[in-house]
Amino acid sequence: MLEMLGIYFGYPFVRYAMLVGVLIALSSSLLGVSLVLKRFSFIGDGLSHVAFGAMAVATVLDVENDMVVVLPITIGSAVLLLRTGQNARLKGDAAIAMISVGALACGYLFLNLFSRSANLTGDVCSTLFGSTAILTLSRSDVWLCIMMSVLVIMIFTIFYHRIFAVTFDETFAQATGMKAGRYNLLIAVVTASVIVLAMKLVGSLLISALIIFPALSAMRLFKSFRGVIMASAILSVLCAASGILLSILASTPVGATIVCMDIAMFALCSLMDMVHR
Amino acid sequence: MAQILCEDVVLGYEGKAVVQNLNFEVNQGDYLCIVGENGSGKSTLIKALLRLKNPMSGMIRMGDGLEADGIGYLPQQTIVQKDFPASVQEIVLSGCLGRFGWRPFYGKAEKDMAEGNMEKLGITHLAKRCYRELSGGQQQRVLLARALCATRYMLLLDEPVSGLDPAAVQEMYDLLEKLNHEDRITIIMVSHDIHAAVTYADHILHISEEPLFFGTKEDYIKSGIGRAYLSVTGGGRHA
Repeated sequence: MLEMLGIYFGYPFVRYAMLVGVLIALSSSLLGVSLVLKRFSFIGDGLSHVAFGAMAVATVLDVENDMVVVLPITIGSAVLLLRTGQNARLKGDAAIAMISVGALACGYLFLNLFSRSANLTGDVCSTLFGSTAILTLSRSDVWLCIMMSVLVIMIFTIFYHRIFAVTFDETFAQATGMKAGRYNLLIAVVTASVIVLAMKLVGSLLISALIIFPALSAMRLFKSFRGVIMASAILSVLCAASGILLSILASTPVGATIVCMDIAMFALCSLMDMVHR
Repeated sequence: MAQILCEDVVLGYEGKAVVQNLNFEVNQGDYLCIVGENGSGKSTLIKALLRLKNPMSGMIRMGDGLEADGIGYLPQQTIVQKDFPASVQEIVLSGCLGRFGWRPFYGKAEKDMAEGNMEKLGITHLAKRCYRELSGGQQQRVLLARALCATRYMLLLDEPVSGLDPAAVQEMYDLLEKLNHEDRITIIMVSHDIHAAVTYADHILHISEEPLFFGTKEDYIKSGIGRAYLSVTGGGRHA
């Protein structure tokens, strides 16, 4: 088995996949803690659908680098969703459901109407569930991913205490002079970027798993914010790495394998929590 | 000048006034209780005092060393906090955030301050404990320590005893009294508990659509509205 892995890791694209997978898992798990605690889990889900719609538009327009289309649309929707979340007129969860399902439907419709691809179902399936895309990463994709991940980690480190304050008690944070709205916006923009990145790894339908599972698992085990963040990052990286290895060895779909590892980890952590009590 | 001076303030939402003709002042060392029915604009007033909301007309002036962000605020608990994984220390420290500008991490000054305030409120031994596992009374102490990290002058408390058991309620009132007397911290408390208000506060602001009363506690008890409100809400539990 090790021999087989050795052969695989001789190929640069396998090494790229591993590196990118781990970085994406790390960034999304950091954000996940904040999103889960703020009751924003669904925003991640909604945005991933939007990203699918945007990806469909990019495919139809046949742009060279689809990021140029997907990233702005997704970030724009993130800002929009956050606004409606605060405004009571259109209730937050309804707005999210509306936007996400709308984007999904329009995306699929566009692809059907305009796509020149011979294998439409395959295209859709790989955008939704991730696929070999992770193994066909170009050098520039990898660099983009590394840069974005470093950026996310830096933002998270620099604003760590403020993110904690805004997540725990927004009103108090505002009362002490913090611009809570700006931090919410920051979180939304970073979430959107991570989702667009993660689409390559696990596909748009499965991204939420990368965001919420590590956070939920970590919350079973740790009782301080710092502990939860650390554990979430470590668990997420472990699951992503083992998921990618397993998918190579067993030739299973990468995204789904990683998510299953996350689910197994969550079950394990819940069990440990129950035993501990 | 006074720490807070409210002049002809009108508060409301979307052009509709909730409270009007608000005129009152708060001086250092005062203990003001704001009472009134639900929906009488108490929470709107809190937002205005915290500068989270502008008055529709009139002026709220802060003075005497009190900046708008110099108010230590004790909000009502939210659902988010009920299962939030955070240690007591992390929460208390977050009270210092408002004052240290753009630095990303806490320095020694902030840590000392948090420690001092935890000691003052008798929660030092809980520092590493998880917030969600504490009793209601202990949780309020943690939030109070956090508020003290944000201010040296004034605490603004929104229904600080709601949901606490009677022993914890008494403890909370004693604690506030101590902070008010010994540390000369001004206290503004929004409360349903009119009897506690007339027992502990020295000033009362009774609001409805218009302020019905503002003055010292003694005058309030003698006033028509005070007597009516006190008798309607039952016997003098704290008197």
